Formats: sequence, C-alpha cells, structure tokens
Amino acid sequence: MEWETVIGLEIHAQLATESKIFSGSSTTFGAEANTQASLVDLALPGVLPVFNEQALKLAVIFGLGIGAKIHKKSVFDRKNYFYPDLPKGYQISQLHHPIVGEGHVDITLSDGTVKRVGVTRAHLEEDAGKSLHEDFHGSTGIDLNRAGTPLLEIVSEPDLRSAEEAVAYLKKIHTLIRYLGISDGNMAEGSMRCDINISMRPMGQETLGTRAEIKNVNSFRFVEKAIVHEMERQIDILEDGGSVVQETRLYDSELDETRSMRSKEVAMDYRYFPEPDLLPIIIDDEYIEALRANLPELPDQKKQRFTDQYNLSSSDAEQLAGSLELGRYFEEVVQISGAAKLSANWIIVELSGQLNKNELDIGDSPVTAQQLGELVLRIQDNTISGKIAKIVFQEIWNGKGSADQIIESQGLKQVTDSGAIETLVDEVIAANPSQVEQYLAGKEKMLGFFVGQIMKASKGKANPGQVNEILKGKLKQ
Amino acid sequence: MHNKTLSEISSGLRNGDFSSEEITRHFLNRINQLDPQFNSFIAVTEEQAIQQARQADKMISAGETQALLGVPFAHKDIFCTEGVLTTSGSKMLENFISPYDSTVAANLKRAGAVNLGKTNMDEFAMGSSNETSFFGPVKNPWDVTRVPGGSSGGSAAAVAARLAPAATATDTGGSIRQPASLCGVTGLKPTYGRISRWGMIAFASSLDQAGPITQTAEDAALMLNSMAGFDPKDSTSVDQPVPDYRANLNDSLKGLTIGLPKEYFASGLDPKLENIIQEAISEYQRLGATVKEVSLPNSSLSVPVYYVIAPAECSTNLSRFDGVRYGYRCAEPINLEDMYTRTRSEGFGDEVKRRILIGTYVLSSGFYDAYYIQAQKTRRLIQQDFVNAFEQVDVLMAPTSPSPAFKFDEKTADPLTMYLEDIYTIGVNLAGLPGISIPAGQLDGLPVGLQIIGNYFSESKLLNVAHQYQQVTGWHKAQPID
Repeated sequence: MEWETVIGLEIHAQLATESKIFSGSSTTFGAEANTQASLVDLALPGVLPVFNEQALKLAVIFGLGIGAKIHKKSVFDRKNYFYPDLPKGYQISQLHHPIVGEGHVDITLSDGTVKRVGVTRAHLEEDAGKSLHEDFHGSTGIDLNRAGTPLLEIVSEPDLRSAEEAVAYLKKIHTLIRYLGISDGNMAEGSMRCDINISMRPMGQETLGTRAEIKNVNSFRFVEKAIVHEMERQIDILEDGGSVVQETRLYDSELDETRSMRSKEVAMDYRYFPEPDLLPIIIDDEYIEALRANLPELPDQKKQRFTDQYNLSSSDAEQLAGSLELGRYFEEVVQISGAAKLSANWIIVELSGQLNKNELDIGDSPVTAQQLGELVLRIQDNTISGKIAKIVFQEIWNGKGSADQIIESQGLKQVTDSGAIETLVDEVIAANPSQVEQYLAGKEKMLGFFVGQIMKASKGKANPGQVNEILKGKLKQ
Repeated sequence: MHNKTLSEISSGLRNGDFSSEEITRHFLNRINQLDPQFNSFIAVTEEQAIQQARQADKMISAGETQALLGVPFAHKDIFCTEGVLTTSGSKMLENFISPYDSTVAANLKRAGAVNLGKTNMDEFAMGSSNETSFFGPVKNPWDVTRVPGGSSGGSAAAVAARLAPAATATDTGGSIRQPASLCGVTGLKPTYGRISRWGMIAFASSLDQAGPITQTAEDAALMLNSMAGFDPKDSTSVDQPVPDYRANLNDSLKGLTIGLPKEYFASGLDPKLENIIQEAISEYQRLGATVKEVSLPNSSLSVPVYYVIAPAECSTNLSRFDGVRYGYRCAEPINLEDMYTRTRSEGFGDEVKRRILIGTYVLSSGFYDAYYIQAQKTRRLIQQDFVNAFEQVDVLMAPTSPSPAFKFDEKTADPLTMYLEDIYTIGVNLAGLPGISIPAGQLDGLPVGLQIIGNYFSESKLLNVAHQYQQVTGWHKAQPID
C-alpha cells in the first residue's frame, strides 16, 4: 500500500529577552547552576509572577512576521503537573487565548515548488528547569537557571507531508525568528527545539491516522532522521496489520531510533485553568501598528529584492536570503565589488563550500565580506582571472592578507600587455606544428589546446580574452 | 498599658509618656505570661522586637513622628518575614525561615512598627475555627473552651486578650471578619487589590486579601495607612492612591443609606443574634442614617461557588510544597513518587488535603466545565448583585457570622456545617468588596459582630461608619481579661 505521512510541528523558541518572563533573573546561557534563580524562580511561598512585557513585544512581532491574527486579549493559564524541575508544580502557559492566532509561512522545496504551511497559533509560556542525573550518585540535581525563561510555542497545522517539508518549515521558522530578532535560534543551547507529531494514512484517505509525538528534538538533522525512522516504524506496524499507539516518544540520536516515553492512556490531566496571579494581557491597535511599522525586511521580501535589484536567479536569491547573516554578507560584498552575480557565485560556491568543509558558520568565516568584495572587484576589473582568484581566495582564507597584497606580493597580476601575449602565442604555435595543421584542417577544438598551453606558459596570468583573440588572429595567418 | 489602643500608644510614644522598648517589653511579658492558655502565637520574636524598639526610640528622640514608629503589633504567620519562622500554620513549613519580607511586612517595617511575633492560624488559612493549625488550636480569650474563629484566630485572640494592640490578618472567605466577630475585636478586609499579596502565602489567589485586626476602627485606619498601596510585584494590586484613612473618621452619618440584604436576615438566623444586629442598626438610625431593604438574590450560591473556586486555586497554589526545595520532606524516600506522596501525605493536615482533593477534582478534564466554569459564571452574578445594591445604598449591614463562638470539636465532624460559618462573609470575597466587622453586642457573654460592607475602594467610608458607632457605644472596649 502507498502511505501518506502527516506531520505537524510544535516549535519552542526562546525569546531574546534580558530577563525571565515572570521574574527579574537574567536569561544568560551557561551560568553556574542556580545562580540565575530568584525567589520567584524557586517558587518560594508567597511569591508572585510579574509579566515581562518585552516577551509580549517579541511574540507580537513574530505574529506579524507570519501574517497572523494578533489577539488583543490573551490569557495565561496554569498547566499543572509535578516534576522536580518545575518548581511551582505548574507551568504558566496560554491555552485558550494565545497571543498569536492563525498565520502561515511559505517554504521552497528542492524541486523549486513553493508550499504554504499553516501556523495554528503561537503562545507564550515559561520554560522549566533542568534535572541533572549525572554526578549525583543515585540522586538528582536541579538547576533552575532555565526555569522561567520565556518561550514562544509555535504550533503548525498538520500540513507537512515529508521529512524534507518538515525540515524546510523548521528552517524557515528559524530564519524568520533570526530576521525578526526575537530569538537567537541557537539549537545547540536549546534556544530552539521542537516536538514532532507524526501519523501515517493510506494515500487518498481523508481521516488522520493515530499519531505519535516525538519530544524535544534539537537539530535539523535529528528532525529529519527522527521522522524517517518514525515513518518506517509506523508503516511496519500498519503493514503487519497492527495499530499505532498514541503516545509520546523520545528520539535517541545515538541509536537513531525513537522509543516510548509514556502512553497517552496514562497521560496526565493538566487541569488547565486561568492563572489568577496575572491579569489578562490587553493590547490595542496602536500597539500592534507601531510594531508592524518597524518590522524588518523578511526573508521572502529580501529574496524578491535580490532577484529584482541584483538580477539573481531565484535559487541564488533563496539561498542568500535564507540566512540573515549570509544576506548581509552578500550585500556588503556587492557594495565593494559592484558585481552582484559574480559576488553571489563566489559566496555560494567557493565560500560556502569552504565553510561547509570546515563546519563553520558565515559569522565565523575567516574571509570577511570586505576581503571577498575586494577579491571579486579584482576579477571584475580584469586584474586577475577567475582561476588565479581561487588561489588568492585560499591565501586570504589562510590569513595571508588582502587580495591586493597577495596579488602584489606573489606577482599574480594578469598579463594584459598584448606584446607579451603575442610572444607567448608565437612560441606555442612554433612549438606545436602538427596541432596547427590539425586546426587548420578544420579541427576547431584544438583551439582549447593552444589556450591551455599559453595559459600554462604564463602561469595562468595571461588575460584569457586577449589570448583567444590574438591566438585566432595568428592561426589564420 | 496594654489596654491602650494603637492610636493611644502612638501618641503616648510621641509625647514621651513611655518608650517603645518599655511598651514592647510590656507586651512581650504579657505574651509569655498569658499566651500559654490561648496559644495565639506560633513564634515570639523577642530579640528582634527589642532591637526594633530601641531603633524606634532613637528615631523618636531624633524627632521622627511617623504614626506607627515604635508601635508594637503581631503578624499573622501567613506573611513572610525575613529571617523569621513563617509556617502558615502547617507542618509543611514547620521549620521554614523566610529569606524575604512580604510587602506588608516591609511596609510596616518601613513605618517603624515593632513586630512582636507570628500569630497562629488555620493551616494555610483553611478553616473557620483555628482547629486545623498544626500548632494546635487557639483558644477564645472569652471562653477557652470555645474557638476564636478562623483562619486569623491567633491575630483576633491576641488583640482581644491585649497581647498585641494590633495584628495583621488575611481574609479569603471571612478569615478576618469572622474571628474578629467571635473575639470581640475590629477586623477590616479591604477591597481586593488594595494591599499587596507579595509574600503572603497563597491560599486562593483571586480571593485572598490582607487587612488589620485592631481594637477600634481608628486603629484599623492607622494600620491600613501603612499596609495599603500599589505594588509592582503583585500584578493584581491596584494602582490607586492611598488616602489618609483617618481623615474622614469624624464625618457625620446624616443622610447615610444603609441596605439590609433580606437574604441575610432570612430564616436560619438566630433571633437573639438578629436582635443584636437590629439594635446596632437602630443606633445608626439615631446617628442620622436611613435604612432600606435590598436583595442579593444569588447569595445562597456563595458558599457552593466559593467551595469550587477556593479549592481549585489552592490545589495548585499548594503544589509547590513537594519536598524538593524547602519545607518538610519525608524521611528516606525510595524514589520520586514516594517522596511526593509521603511528603504531602505527612506534611498536610486533613482539611488542606480535603480542599486539594476537591480542587483537583473540579479542575479535572470532564468536570471543569460543570464546576469551575459554572462557578465563575455564578461568581459574576453574585458580584452583579452587590453592584446593583450599591446603586441604591451607601453600605450594607449584616451579621458577620451566624452564631457566636462555638465549642471545640462542635463542627469538625461535618465540614459542611463548618463551611456555613462563612455564609455572610464569603460573598464579599467573591465580589472583591471591602467589609469590616465591629463588636456590636454580646450573646450569653460572647461577643457578636456587626458586618458592614462597602463599595469598591470605600474603605474610608467603612471606617467612618464603624468609627461613628464606636463613638457612641462601648462594645469595642469590652475585654475578656484584664
């Protein structure tokens, strides 16, 4: 039977506020355990939460970024459950009245098609602390530094049909929150993580199959692998005539498998009810419009501008606009080189290739935008050829200085003196009489041979255009 | 010296009639001597009190004149006080020394008042007789075989026995007014949001409100002046200026319209108790007030609504007492679930467990709509009843409690009869209104309180109305012991 995969994601993004959502403690990552836990974070008797309005602002900005309905009244609820790293015995979240309502994002798939993915809602909530099971010899340690960190939980519609789509959607949300400046999106530090709801159904069937939820997956690669694994697991069960159990599962990246955490049959009753310690959040149009007016350029808008303004291909524009830093880098390079397409090409092929090989982010690139811009400029003004430029690029990467310094010190400047080129051409023609004969007999491909020989003789520095021109002239004689 | 009101102590201190250290030592001695028979204190903070008193004496001699500077008082043990035992009447917090001050404690500290200690209370403020305290029941100074009321029984008994000239208290369903009534003292429950809840150990967040228990309305005004105010640390506190609550005490009551809710005077009210209330109302008529019957048609729903909402909120407010970070933890837990189960089974008393169970039940999926949602809707109807009444009258008057102080164990067997103790007080909490109970007579030698209910933020008017009565009657001066 042919199966269709149905996936919905719940993405938790840590909002980039300086202090926690309901207390004044700092949210800086990596501090010594429990040094960023105040009376409120420890849930001492008598303490009360006070809402950090910065978190509200960031949530609304996100909503505007995905064209969502912003609810002018939203309400905090208590989600009750016992766990040692949940100090109050309840998490403050938003159930019935989330701040952000329905919105959408568009994702581009590998075949170039664009798909619209619905976002059901996004709501504010606080993070829990961390249970530390190592180093405590049979006991558990609790670190409450993370408790009370503001989170935006972004819930998608079950619109995704494959691991590829899920990853593209997750990447798009990641790009968006970085563009909007509402989260650093650092998945390694847990600033962004997601729960995957996944079910299978026979192709063409309307009703959804029973789903499993895979909790807390924290990298793009793991999302892909977890989905692929879970699809196989569910299909195996279904094709054996079994049925999928609705449950929460955990993805183990070391074993590359998902396993059951708890079944929904013994699932908790969270006993949600409105948080009586906090008033409903009420905002007006003026508040929303002021934030809308200050929205930055978003990925889709930037992509459009890159194609319009720089004549880039759709896929180049998509790639460069796909990361805030990459887009910025590109525009800085163009600013200096004045050659948009050439710059885009160098960033996408040469620079990205090197970065990937060395597992570096664009932010950690050893070649600055200024340096790459100067290099492209020298290609553009014919000081060096593209081939020589690769050598220069490698030298810049290795920290040997700017393009001009390297060209100068290593004598890599292109030879454009036609007298010098003519001499080289004459020498090569004289040294290869049989190839000349073949060429004159109509074997035009031999031209490439001559060009290669001449370039070799010039150590790659001869201007290829000039070489071609002079060579053709001489061969005709 | 202990028979002086708070206001008299305040002026005595500023006139140099006695020092703060003298009066503080006087009350501390009296507590040591007499409290063993009443059990109204959980902790006496002698050293700290004397230190504060000496500091106050220095400031007084330096010319400072704040009204509460050097004046002793006691805190209900529900208020977190830095460096001091704060138990909320529970084994769960038997050894909990608070690392911070509640806003009420901080405000009174700033005003220079001297804290004598922490008063006994029903466990986590759940009870109407003080019999649920882990530290043993408080005894009514009028008759030690009887309850003082609750949950602020320790504060009411301490003020009645003149072990402290004033005490802080809290009122979630009548916990200030009912013990004030049963102990023959004045108890004010302000408008919800008037006093910060920061550092006040939560029972039911949407109902809890702090207030003073004193001998007189004038003293209550003095306490409220320092206790009230907006607090950015409590999102439900209201940003309204704090007037001088003594400013209008002497206003004439001519033209005051008093509403008598007919439902509060219906069958079930002891006729002898009703006579006392009617006599007090006649006194008001002699002071120039007129009386009008009003109706609060949904008042019979107050108790059922309260016993859905308050347990719902308390069931989650008390989840933090899990043995993980502070407070009681069971001995040698074998795993996490064992630690939770035994810590909470051993740390909480029966009444607290009963309410956690009720609250957990009414919030459970499948029951939530039928109980919690329904209760919230009804709560709005009850509130609307009061809003309608205050379109016709200035204040409402009613009994505070259906009977005077009852015997120990009389109502513990059947929780429902105990819950009906608060039948006249609970509506005020559900609506968030201010109310005051003042001594208005005696029945078989036991005090009876008159409850006066005002519109939102009408504390000045309530205190004025109570004060004028206390100018022409002497019930508030009656005391159980010398």
